[in-house]
Amino acid sequence: MAKASESKLVAGATGDWEIVVGMEVHAQVSSKSKLFSGASTAFGAEPNSQVSFIDAAMPGMLPVINEFCVAQAVRTGLGLNAAINRRSTFDRKNYFYPDLPQGYQISQFKHPIVGEGEVLVDVTPSEQIRVGIERLHLEQDAGKSTHDQSPTESFVDLNRSGVALMEIVSRPDIRSADEAKAYVTKLRTILRYLGTCDGDMEKGSLRADVNVSVRRPGGPLGTRCEIKNVNSIRFIGQAVDTEARRQIAILEDGGAIDQETRLFDPVRGETRSMRSKEEAHDYRYFPDPDLLPLEFDQAYVDELAAGLPELPDAKKARFVSDYGLSPYDASVLVAERDLAAYYERAVASGGVKRDAKIVANWITGDVAAYANAIGRSVQDTHITPEQVAALVDLIADGTISGKIAKDVLALMTGEESGASPRDIVERRGLRQVTDTGAIAAAIDAIMAANPDKVAQVQAKPTMLGWFVGQALKATGGKANPQVVNDVLRSKLGL
Amino acid sequence: MSDPTSLTLAEARDAVRSKSLSSRELTEAHVAAVAAARPLNAFITETPERALAMADAADARIARGEAGPLEGLPLGIKDLYCTEGVRTTAGSRILDSFVPGYESTVSSQLWRDGAVMLGKLNLDEFAMGSSNETSYHGPAVSPWRRPGSETALVPGGSSGGSAAAVAARLCLGATATDTGGSIRQPAAFTGTVGIKPTYGRCSRWGVVAFASSLDQAGPITRTVRDAAILLRSMAGHDPKDSTSVDLAVPDYEAEVGASVAGKTIGIPRQYRIDGMPAEIDALWAEGVAWLKAAGARIVDIELPHTRYALPAYYIVAPAEASSNLARYDGVRYGLRVPGRDIAEMYGNTRAAGFGPEVRRRIMIGTYVLSAGYYDAYYLKAQKIRTLVRQDFERAFADGVDAILTPATPSAAFAIGEKGGDDPIAMYLNDAFTVTVNLAGLPGIAVPAGLSADKLPLGLQLIGRPFDEGTLFSLAEVIERSAPKTELPSDWWSATAPTR
Amino acid sequence: MSIDQATVRRVAQLARISLAEGEVEHLRGELNAILSFVAELDGVDVEGVEPMTSVLPMQLRRRPDAVTDGGIAPKIVANAAASEDHLFAVPKVIE
Ligand SMILES: [Mg+2]
Ligand SMILES: [Zn+2]
Repeated sequence: MAKASESKLVAGATGDWEIVVGMEVHAQVSSKSKLFSGASTAFGAEPNSQVSFIDAAMPGMLPVINEFCVAQAVRTGLGLNAAINRRSTFDRKNYFYPDLPQGYQISQFKHPIVGEGEVLVDVTPSEQIRVGIERLHLEQDAGKSTHDQSPTESFVDLNRSGVALMEIVSRPDIRSADEAKAYVTKLRTILRYLGTCDGDMEKGSLRADVNVSVRRPGGPLGTRCEIKNVNSIRFIGQAVDTEARRQIAILEDGGAIDQETRLFDPVRGETRSMRSKEEAHDYRYFPDPDLLPLEFDQAYVDELAAGLPELPDAKKARFVSDYGLSPYDASVLVAERDLAAYYERAVASGGVKRDAKIVANWITGDVAAYANAIGRSVQDTHITPEQVAALVDLIADGTISGKIAKDVLALMTGEESGASPRDIVERRGLRQVTDTGAIAAAIDAIMAANPDKVAQVQAKPTMLGWFVGQALKATGGKANPQVVNDVLRSKLGL
Repeated sequence: MSDPTSLTLAEARDAVRSKSLSSRELTEAHVAAVAAARPLNAFITETPERALAMADAADARIARGEAGPLEGLPLGIKDLYCTEGVRTTAGSRILDSFVPGYESTVSSQLWRDGAVMLGKLNLDEFAMGSSNETSYHGPAVSPWRRPGSETALVPGGSSGGSAAAVAARLCLGATATDTGGSIRQPAAFTGTVGIKPTYGRCSRWGVVAFASSLDQAGPITRTVRDAAILLRSMAGHDPKDSTSVDLAVPDYEAEVGASVAGKTIGIPRQYRIDGMPAEIDALWAEGVAWLKAAGARIVDIELPHTRYALPAYYIVAPAEASSNLARYDGVRYGLRVPGRDIAEMYGNTRAAGFGPEVRRRIMIGTYVLSAGYYDAYYLKAQKIRTLVRQDFERAFADGVDAILTPATPSAAFAIGEKGGDDPIAMYLNDAFTVTVNLAGLPGIAVPAGLSADKLPLGLQLIGRPFDEGTLFSLAEVIERSAPKTELPSDWWSATAPTR
Repeated sequence: MSIDQATVRRVAQLARISLAEGEVEHLRGELNAILSFVAELDGVDVEGVEPMTSVLPMQLRRRPDAVTDGGIAPKIVANAAASEDHLFAVPKVIE
């Protein structure tokens, strides 16, 4: 990207520094079976129960590729506006580690399935950046070692071994912890829209290797360190800041940065060198002779492209133009595909035309607040889009006030769970009173009981609010505030 | 009935099918022969109980009229093929106690067709060798000897146990594998027939890998017809092997005895190498004459990159092997030699588990793939492969149906004679066979006569991709035309302990 | 190209094969013999030649995404030198 914006610079003791970040995100393909074997990918199974002889690299075992994984890599590439390579090859990356049964990882080194692309990232409601994608390739995940069960042994579970990953490599276009977080958030949104990865960072479906370096603004790139396997968006931000501060301190002390692999420790809030993975990096990549080049024709790509869902950028633009939403509201609503669908169901519910902005306000406001309070997404609460639409309609046709609507929503989330807003209003008699006679009678009673206040208000019209409050109270909050106002003014001669 | 072990596979098949001989009788005779032949060290593991149970099951199927193409026929399996529940060592210490939970596709097809397993045959460690001397279980010994000599000769390698067992009539046929000549060279050394089919013709699934882009399974038998029968059962598409070809398997036996009149046979000048013994040259000329007499047309052809094949092979094969053998790390199966930490455990396990030749090849393979050397070695060797293949493609495009060459540069040598500190001397054994692996073509070795030392010599025929049928027709002409030679007489049983 | 003892040690380390000190020089000689044998290729002009990437002119077949394997943990660990509760046990790895 172009110039470093001033606000992104980090002030050091000797002047300003610019942070430069590139990321390698490993996204697990949402497939039922592994990339090269028929074993299940389901999370949390008993040790080695989802392992075939292939995944355990038994002698004579051979890989056969999963077509679904190929299709998802292509779809993801299309979603990242990237070039699709109709011929790619699989290479072996050779190294020894107990959770790497073959002694090599099947990956794509020279010729990846997806080439260059680009992601638009909203950093703040008013700031957007472009992050270049260098490549996306398919590769196998390793197994899992646990080191804390015994003082003398580590234990290896190969359930993850061979699970399909898409490694998405960005260009070093990221300039701050916030940009890094926003980039991964956006990438996750795109993957979830496509359904190619569930984006569940807690289960390890999405992990980021964060490459951090610092430099003087506009200067040459500094030496980078790779922080491996950061597994939450919050930690990504912390890792960038922590590592940048560490590097700046070294450089300002006259030291030099060693290019190395580091680990982020969220408990201690520091990164530290991973010596065990450091020694003698010579992966001896060569084409895997057990596999042929992966080839497909343009028709295959076109068919997958035709089947892509509307992606977040396009959806956001449509929400702004078709529904008149602010770009901010639109981006909140499109952050999750299901939320956007929820919103659109509410807008269109019953084939009735309603104010799409008010629907958006309710969903991003009160409904979201409720969802947040119970730790769910809006679309996962029992409040249906149809109920939201009904609520908005009740306000629009004057049946209830906006204030009563909040009470109705509270009932829907509590004791009246499952009921339609209209039923709640009827059953509880919450219908707004617009009958002037009834309101006038109530006001007459209030005026009769409070002659002193009547005298005061005639001298000081701002006292009117007290009468409005009393009138609403007398009608149980159901009186239409506009009618109350009108009747009061005429009776008081204001 | 005379000794059932003297039958060819085809004869035994016909006898069993016509119920003039039961599989039980046939198998018992072979089980006894195997037990008596332990001085040949052809078997690493004998499975007599399994053999007899399989024979009884075969006899039951025959009685029900359900006989398969190989019903009741006892075979030996190279110990590179994984066999479910039966120890599979690859001739290595590192797998000495390994018992697979699965059966290789090729062997499972043999059992599907009714064959009986006698046991697992000796081989060079991980199929790396040309004399069977690198086996952790010691060398297999050829049943052949020079007249009046008791010097133990090599049966060739890496499928030395297969060749020795077939030549000594311990089994009717055997599975083998060929990465640079490991079927054809031992066949030539033991007066047997061995075919390496086109790459992709037989599944590699369940066969311990040496060099994935070169490895191919095939049979060793005593006659061309027997090889045709066995290959038909071994071959076929396997969805579990991405390099297996989805092509129907022809009835190869029908090609045995088919006319070769009008076939064009290429004779490559480049195979007449410096220092080639005169008797090999003479044998080659005889082969030409036999094919000509059968109506084939003989043409001289050029395969200009032949001399580069062996060096290219000794880059590609070790490179792939270094990666294929990384899985032997002491973690999931096989030998583990403890160390102070995991790195030391790996190093100790692999130092103790692999023999010198395997360690040497892993080292060379690791080196040629390492940073800074990949282009100069591995990439260059893969380009040479393209050139070697193009040589053959040109010849075939010019109308050549098959190519005739010697199978080996010499007859069998003595155990301990070659190799040692000079690995290259041993590597030269593959000079005539290795081009075929680099190009992925089919090649057959067929006995053609005897050396001055009265040891078998073979000729090799190289065919177009997936044209094994033509090779069987041509090989049968050589088999029929060559002077009849007796199989080696049994000197080994006399030295065997009686049971 | 000829390799020295340090290279022999580095390659052995990459290949995870422990070497006794006495083996290094011997192995260096053998490896150099093989390297000088393959140096025959130095003279070949491969300008413009494509490296062989697949022996066969065929397409990579893709299998359907279905769970067809697994559920054999006892068989997976059956040959292991050390295992516990169907997990492979190895000397402790320090990260
Ligand atoms: Mg990475
Ligand atoms: Zn990766």
